[in-house]
Amino acid sequence: MTPLLHVAHLRMVFDGLVAVDDASFDISAGQIKALIGPNGAGKTTLLNVISGLLTPTSGQVALADKPIHGLPPHRVAALGIARTFQNVELFPAMTVLEHVMVGRHLRSRSGFFAAALRLPGMRREERQIHLDAERYLAQVGLSAHADDLARDLPFGKQRLLEIARALATEPKLLLLDEAASGLSTREKKELVNLIFAIRDIGVTIFLIDHDMDLVMSISDEVVVLDHGEKIAEGTPHAVQNDDRVIAAYLGEEPVHA
Amino acid sequence: MRWFTAQRTFLAALLGVLLAAALPFVLLHGSAGPLLEQNNYWLGVFTFIAIYTILAVGLNLLMGYAGQASLGHAAFYGIGAYTSAILTTRTACSPWLAMLCGIVLTGVVALLIGMPCLRLRGHYLAMATLGFGWIVFIVMRQWEPITGGSSGIENVPSLAIGGLVFDHDVKCFYLTWALALLVLVISANIVNSRVGRAFRAVHGSETAAAALGVPIARFKVQVFVLSSMYAALAGSLYAHVVKYVNPSPFDFHASVSLVVMGCIGGMASVWGAPLGAATITLLKERLQLLPWRDIDVIIYGLILIVVMVFLPGGLVSGVQVAVTRLRRQRRTAAAREGAPL
Repeated sequence: MTPLLHVAHLRMVFDGLVAVDDASFDISAGQIKALIGPNGAGKTTLLNVISGLLTPTSGQVALADKPIHGLPPHRVAALGIARTFQNVELFPAMTVLEHVMVGRHLRSRSGFFAAALRLPGMRREERQIHLDAERYLAQVGLSAHADDLARDLPFGKQRLLEIARALATEPKLLLLDEAASGLSTREKKELVNLIFAIRDIGVTIFLIDHDMDLVMSISDEVVVLDHGEKIAEGTPHAVQNDDRVIAAYLGEEPVHA
Repeated sequence: MRWFTAQRTFLAALLGVLLAAALPFVLLHGSAGPLLEQNNYWLGVFTFIAIYTILAVGLNLLMGYAGQASLGHAAFYGIGAYTSAILTTRTACSPWLAMLCGIVLTGVVALLIGMPCLRLRGHYLAMATLGFGWIVFIVMRQWEPITGGSSGIENVPSLAIGGLVFDHDVKCFYLTWALALLVLVISANIVNSRVGRAFRAVHGSETAAAALGVPIARFKVQVFVLSSMYAALAGSLYAHVVKYVNPSPFDFHASVSLVVMGCIGGMASVWGAPLGAATITLLKERLQLLPWRDIDVIIYGLILIVVMVFLPGGLVSGVQVAVTRLRRQRRTAAAREGAPL
């Protein structure tokens, strides 16, 4: 069976600095897969390449056999990849509900004319967008904050809002860039439940995180990156016992390569 | 909530219509002659406020929602005015058709400028429109056989609907304000829609907007084209109301004062436009009475600084803050009265 996402010999070089070097791996549909590695290993760069924010120097990324590397981010999103951001990218002047409504952009179509004249079709669509957005907000438990400005939310809730907004695009693959960082223990537990719930509605998840307990307890498979290179891939158990992974995290040269 | 927004837009528009309709009766109170044939200094000023409102709304959409500045908007204003003037005086073209031609032509020109500039991040559009503004101004002044050079084009015909010719101040006042309200309502509708949310998202974070599937370059070009077409509409109105065009109202100075209007009114706000337009127009009228040349530029600069520092959301945000405060006071007062002893 073809994997949902296929990454082959991916290489990303910035002004001579190799951020991702010949990375290859697959993500199968329905999986929760994690990407880990020490700081500066190139994890976020890899996510940026997959989501179209960066064009790789060489290599391929394919979503269900369709090449997507080099496509602009909005096209990648339209093909079914949504993401959250490590440093939370919100729209400061918009309410929580409006964020999720923007997430429905791909699933609605009214343009300039329909909007300018408030045509009946557009008004009907607006009501639908509104209902859908409320549903996604409820899913992450933010209904009570619908009319608050997103920037006024506590940090943990901002992360949840990013997830709701991404889910609203109805993605096949959801990329979570450190969704758990900065969360309290309780919030992390809720996040884990949310991630499972998202997987259960059929969304494949690829996540980056530094919390090893969290990563190892929820992932089906883990990819380990160090200095841009994939040094291990496998089940959490296999990866945890891999010599190169242990060496990379302890900051030593591998004992045997 | 959406429904409420639509209602609010409608109510605001209705209020605007009523105020505008009442104004001539206030201003002309006690003067002689049939009302529709009156000429009056203040009506002229308010007609200009309507024209500048159309320009400022366009700039507000561009600056406040797409986060881009145009330093050559007077050029689009000028293309609209000159297209109307040239077509109606040198060919048998009707004023309304000339207006339409000017709007379409300007839209095409804006598309050609916007497409290369807006694909890139940064203020390329400001630079390109700055240069474009100069070029258009020079063409207006130098291409004498067509534009009439510095002396311009006289005897531009008035707009007319059937037998109703918009040739007096009162009629021009109604005409320009009707169109300004139409532009305001259309703009408010766009802002409160999927398209408007996409604009605001682009303004908030291009990265996040793109990751949600919003084609940011296309949206920026669209809002720039829309904004330029508003300017062309304003220009055409100018030509048919003033019945005369020359290059000076369309120079760099004008482009800058348009940007100031947009900023003062409130950038990310449709209803800030009439506030900004009124402030600058009335100020200009006052400052013209002073003996110092170019004092207006200094005053605009000062106002711009004060507004940006103390009211970054513009005058309209000041009004909003005042209203919320008033409401909160009233609510706490009501709560105190209703509270059990």
